[in-house]
Amino acid sequence: MSLAATASNLSFPHRHLLGIEGLSASDIHTLLDLSEEAAKQSRQVVKKRDTLRGRTLINLFFEASTRTQSSFELAGKRLGADVMNMSMGTSSMQKGETLIDTAVTLNAMRPDILVVRHHAAGAVELLAQKVDCSVINAGDGSHEHPTQALLDALTIRRHKGRIEGLIVAICGDILHSRVARSNIMLLNKLGARVRVVAPSTLLGVGIARLGVEVYSSMHEGLEDADVVMMLRLQRERMTSSLVPSQREYFHFFGLDFDKLARAKPDAMVMHPGPMNRGVEIDSRLADDARSAIREQVEMGVAVRMAVLEALARHLPNA
Amino acid sequence: MPSQTALLNARLIDPLSGLDQRGGLLIQDGVIADLGSHIEKGTVGDAAVVDCAGQVLAPGLIDMMVSTGEPGHEHRETLATASEAAAAGGVTTIIVMPNTEPVIDDVALVDFILRRARDTAIVNVHPMAAMTKGLLSEEMAEIGLLRDAGAVAFSNGKTSLANTKVMRNVLAYAKDFGALIVTHVEDPFLSRDAVMNQSEVSTRLGLRGIPAAAEAIMLDRDIRLVELTGGRYHAAQISCRASLDLIRAAKARGLPVSCGVSINHLTLNENDIGSYRTFFKMRPPLRSEDDRRAMVEGVASGDIEVIVSAHDPQDADVKRRPFAEAADGAIGLETLLGATLRLYHDKDVDLAPLLRALTSNPAKLLGLPSGRLAKGAPADLVLIDLDTPWTVEADRLRSKSKNTPFDGAQFQGRVCQTFVAGRPVYHYADARKL
Repeated sequence: MSLAATASNLSFPHRHLLGIEGLSASDIHTLLDLSEEAAKQSRQVVKKRDTLRGRTLINLFFEASTRTQSSFELAGKRLGADVMNMSMGTSSMQKGETLIDTAVTLNAMRPDILVVRHHAAGAVELLAQKVDCSVINAGDGSHEHPTQALLDALTIRRHKGRIEGLIVAICGDILHSRVARSNIMLLNKLGARVRVVAPSTLLGVGIARLGVEVYSSMHEGLEDADVVMMLRLQRERMTSSLVPSQREYFHFFGLDFDKLARAKPDAMVMHPGPMNRGVEIDSRLADDARSAIREQVEMGVAVRMAVLEALARHLPNA
Repeated sequence: MPSQTALLNARLIDPLSGLDQRGGLLIQDGVIADLGSHIEKGTVGDAAVVDCAGQVLAPGLIDMMVSTGEPGHEHRETLATASEAAAAGGVTTIIVMPNTEPVIDDVALVDFILRRARDTAIVNVHPMAAMTKGLLSEEMAEIGLLRDAGAVAFSNGKTSLANTKVMRNVLAYAKDFGALIVTHVEDPFLSRDAVMNQSEVSTRLGLRGIPAAAEAIMLDRDIRLVELTGGRYHAAQISCRASLDLIRAAKARGLPVSCGVSINHLTLNENDIGSYRTFFKMRPPLRSEDDRRAMVEGVASGDIEVIVSAHDPQDADVKRRPFAEAADGAIGLETLLGATLRLYHDKDVDLAPLLRALTSNPAKLLGLPSGRLAKGAPADLVLIDLDTPWTVEADRLRSKSKNTPFDGAQFQGRVCQTFVAGRPVYHYADARKL
């Protein structure tokens, strides 16, 4: 089936995509199926369709991002939308304008879809309450990053044929990671066994209650894993007494060939990027055949096309 | 005009003496001239008569923790608007916090508050003064002179006094003046940049959490300093079971330690934050349900002496923001009694200990003559209908700021009339007509 045909049959009852939390397993499967079609379309010579022709998509980024923003931009353009990028870090926020003022201002420009990234948890949902268009969360603080979790799930499903029953180890800075939260929720909804592996300072209180097995040793946490998902460690964590040094972190929590040997022989390695080679992942491993990191980027565009398709059905006059 | 007012046919409750009986109360020159079952229609001569219709007549409430925006942020709340909210809530005395702009750390500023209150407020207003100059936690404020000017207690505002040595000196010095030191209890390092209780809920929301231990650690330190100095110490608000345990242990050792709890921490918990509802963002943060239960137990046992509204008006500009960036605080003067009565109707706490925590206990700590029904006491009174249900509507509250966590809440029991020094300052039947 083509993307258009799949889209016309889909049932996706949401106006916004604010997080994985509000989605059902069937919503997620719907988006992943749609993403497969989008991935095919993106490998054709003519990649463009006109689902969103005449529609305006605004990328509203309060926090710098290269890959997520360009991925949404490309997805929007492949569906025929007019895409505008707004980087808010340097403009009105510094003039004292509140998020709500910005939302009201943008709303008056009558966009159809807003893609928003913000440094504060809950900010995207707050903004969604104040606008008439569809809103996609492209990352809010340490809360959620739903399209990243969807693209990770798509990548896993393409490699393993399924998600249910797989052992997925998410390793690194769980505490500050919106990618981890969205992935924990999504993988649980689809029946995977989720582990988190991190020093206690980077775990978060009560994390086990989110439906994960908790490990503080990579060797134990990676045992028999089907998927090893590494998270980025920001350098500022070293100076805020969460981990002592880059060297020590890599020694105990960085992914290298030795630690990966504990996982299943066909285990796949993932990373949401951008990578710190030599901090959380051995540089050679990042380029190894088991690494799905480049495919994640490709699937990122496909997933974002699928999300735009799904939400387009709920736009006014659709 | 008659020189006396008689409130007849009331259920008189004096939480201090345990009085709970049918009768009347006679007011003359702003004080309670007499009360009891013998005060009835035939015995009050030409006094102006108010028929209480069997409702509860109790001492007006004393709220030990009220912030207004005066001076400095009058757009949020003035002493006048706070006093109107208080009167509507049955609160006849408010203790205003020193963390204004400028900080109330000077005799002239205490005078300013008292003068503005006299000229504009319809309830009694007593200032709490800063315990350190500018609330900077470095130099002790003029505790003796401030006390003589009318400061009823000394506070460090919304932060703990992190410097242990300065805190020790403040407690020791204040002891000589019999001054009460009232503090926020929170370890500043454990709570830095954190915005809610630390728990599974904060982890799920991706918000930085303040562990309950941050409160207990500071409270434990303060109690040890009380032991060292003998200063009178009151933890402004506790919020967790660990703190209650520390308070109980300190009292068992005979230390001059007391504590308060906000009505929010007695009736709400961290789950009320839901998906980032900033009207539930406060300091200390709303804690777990187990902690809330502990606070209720503490009030019932009398180990927590005082219930406060922690009234803290914040306008929409600073509240309608992403959770981590929104201001702390909730208004509470007008909903204090209604929310407290939830505990009574749920049979969690009897009426007498609840009223003690709102009247006689704070009066005793602060050395006020009010907070009781007794001959010679100020006629600061509230007439309460314990049973009538009502719904809180934020827009109809009298505070200038509408940041209540109880918008839409169903309460049972409301204020019928409020008197300050015998003068009626609120009458529900009249207010409804407006």
